[in-house]
Amino acid sequence: MTDWITRNVWLVPATPIVAALLILGFGKHARRAATGVAILGQIAALIVSTCAFVPTLHSHEFRAFENFTWFTFGEQSLRIGFVLDPLAAAMMVMITLVGLCIFVFSLGYMADDKNFSRFFAYLSFFSGAMLGVVVANSLLLLFVFWELVGLASYLLIGFWIERPSAAAAAKKAFITTRIGDMGFFLGILWLYHQSGTLLFYDGGHGCLENVALLGASSTFIALLIFCGAAGKSGQFPLHVWLPDAMEGPTPVSALIHAATMVAAGVFLVARVYPIFSAGAVNGVTSSLIVVVWIGVVTGLMAALIAVAQSDIKRILAYSTVSQLGLMMVSLGVGGVAAGIMHLLAHGFFKALLFLGAGSVIHGLHHEQDIRKMGGLRKLMPVTFATYAVGMLALSGVPFFFSGGWTKEEVLHATSHWPSSHVPYFLLLLGVVLTALYMTRQVMYVFFGSSRAGSDHHAHESPSVMTVPLIILALCAIGLSIFLTPAWPWLESYLLGHEAHIDAHLLLQPMILVSLVLVGAGIGLGFWLYRRAGEVDPLQQKVPAVYRFLENKMWIDEIYEHTILALAAFASRVSDWMDRYIWDGLVRVIGGIGQIFGALTKGADEGVINAGVDETTVGARGVGRAMSRLHSGQIQIYLGVIALGMLALFLFYAWLT
Amino acid sequence: MIATLQIFLIISAALFSIGLLAALSRRHAIFILIGIEMMLAAANLNFIAFWQFSPVRAPQPVGVMFVIFTIAIAAAEAAVGLAMVIAVYRHFRTTNVDQLTRLKG
Repeated sequence: MTDWITRNVWLVPATPIVAALLILGFGKHARRAATGVAILGQIAALIVSTCAFVPTLHSHEFRAFENFTWFTFGEQSLRIGFVLDPLAAAMMVMITLVGLCIFVFSLGYMADDKNFSRFFAYLSFFSGAMLGVVVANSLLLLFVFWELVGLASYLLIGFWIERPSAAAAAKKAFITTRIGDMGFFLGILWLYHQSGTLLFYDGGHGCLENVALLGASSTFIALLIFCGAAGKSGQFPLHVWLPDAMEGPTPVSALIHAATMVAAGVFLVARVYPIFSAGAVNGVTSSLIVVVWIGVVTGLMAALIAVAQSDIKRILAYSTVSQLGLMMVSLGVGGVAAGIMHLLAHGFFKALLFLGAGSVIHGLHHEQDIRKMGGLRKLMPVTFATYAVGMLALSGVPFFFSGGWTKEEVLHATSHWPSSHVPYFLLLLGVVLTALYMTRQVMYVFFGSSRAGSDHHAHESPSVMTVPLIILALCAIGLSIFLTPAWPWLESYLLGHEAHIDAHLLLQPMILVSLVLVGAGIGLGFWLYRRAGEVDPLQQKVPAVYRFLENKMWIDEIYEHTILALAAFASRVSDWMDRYIWDGLVRVIGGIGQIFGALTKGADEGVINAGVDETTVGARGVGRAMSRLHSGQIQIYLGVIALGMLALFLFYAWLT
Repeated sequence: MIATLQIFLIISAALFSIGLLAALSRRHAIFILIGIEMMLAAANLNFIAFWQFSPVRAPQPVGVMFVIFTIAIAAAEAAVGLAMVIAVYRHFRTTNVDQLTRLKG
């Protein structure tokens, strides 16, 4: 069994993809079959993932890979494969479990949609593509699945294609991530040029096992690969697509922000971490410094913007961007295990928050503005309770919530970064802001009284939607058992160590710092928003700052007026060049051709054709004249012969 | 009256001319055939005469041999010609060569 699963780990991504193809084959009206197949596929993937998870527990530093030749050209052969290690196994279980909850939730949320079965096909496809990214043992295969993830996200963000904003958001997501992928692809080419293989692990010959061979180019390869990761994981300056991706249905947002799309970038950096850390001095390389600073800027910027957003999903979107920045910082400072742990924990509580937001939106008949909500605590008790768990986990409340422990690990890793202490303090500021904006959101949505009267018809969601919420909330709390410093099981598992129990580590001085900061954030939130009306208190106090943040620091506008304007200008120039220069050239060449054509036409008609015509006319005249001689009168013929003979005689006689 | 070559040649020439005249002037196909036969007979007469009066007496009857062959061929020609005349008559219901101008150009 162990052997079989390590050799057939490809089954994990294959199952949801096959399910997706089956659903597309069923057609539009097979709604029951579509959901059945999608959820069965996800359950099967979860079971296979769990089976694959078990052998990784038995031995430390477990790593099994199965490589095969994809195709051969000339001397070279391209090999791809699948790998199973703690990183992949943990990700697989998280993705399939969170995915399953989201699938079940979608049953309720999308029940009235006319393209219900198509939705489930895309959802399955999305999940399968992401699982493919996780188990790929070749950078090329990873890239293939990476692009499939991008395609699936495009299809799902633009699922309500009849809305222009959804179509635009889908395009924006696709194109923005494509910019990063361009760098990623160049990095792949460079890596192949340097190492001659794209396999991660190949019994000592993989590109990750020989990073020393890359030399100085490893920095550039790492940065190019990071471009791709930044695009997918919404890092500054490629983060602009993520908030717009909220145009998709809420379960899609949950899937994108928790389990699949954005996790891919962080996962990629963790997967090729040896390239980033090649030639590290004291755990610091120039590529890792870039990762850290991009992460810090992203984390802080997104947290600031989130404070001034009013769309319930947009706040969560910016919180995702901020948390991804945090993970990147963690990876950059060397805390790979901490970053991945935060990614896994974040997967659960962010899915929980998005599904909770989906439940609120569903209950309020597609109202998304938090300023018009309020007092939902009593109307939607299950949603409120689970949402509160997610909010506390995201804010990083220590001891009880998984997010608190993982955030602690990240801060711990950052504080020991030898290069600079600035990221650590900026992250602490981010912690306060996170607690603040989450409190603000919860205050607006669940506390106080109704503002715009939209909650008169509010109702608790059906159990098909609340049960996944409860499961995810239990995961968000329960996962912390494996995360405490006293028994850092998950960290040891990811790093391949033995986990030791040491109860003294449970209370560290640093946790008190977090406790104070989170408490400050939440307290500030309570105090600021305790009687918040439709006008945000911050807006009243510091309108300029609020406007700046509400408009997302005008980054979209800056892009529009710089890069997009430049692109528009370049396209206008190209258009002009095409119209007048290239087209003119083509026209001149065409004109020369036309003149030649006229010349040859004249020669053909005047000389050759006329010659042929005259010849035929002459031949016809001769023929007509000759045919007149043939009267058919046999005796005339005979007479002519006789006369001819006579003439011959006379000629002969004259000669002699 | 002594038989000389001249007399034979004159007779032969007369015979040929009569035959030619017949072939050219008669309208009936059979008469044309008869005219052709007369011209052949004139040629035969010439063969015999030249053979008989040649200054070097040939050991073999060369002239007679020619004539015998010519007569045989003429017989065959007459057979074919008459058959054609019959076929033409059956088809056109006439043997008047003035009316048989289907080969007119």
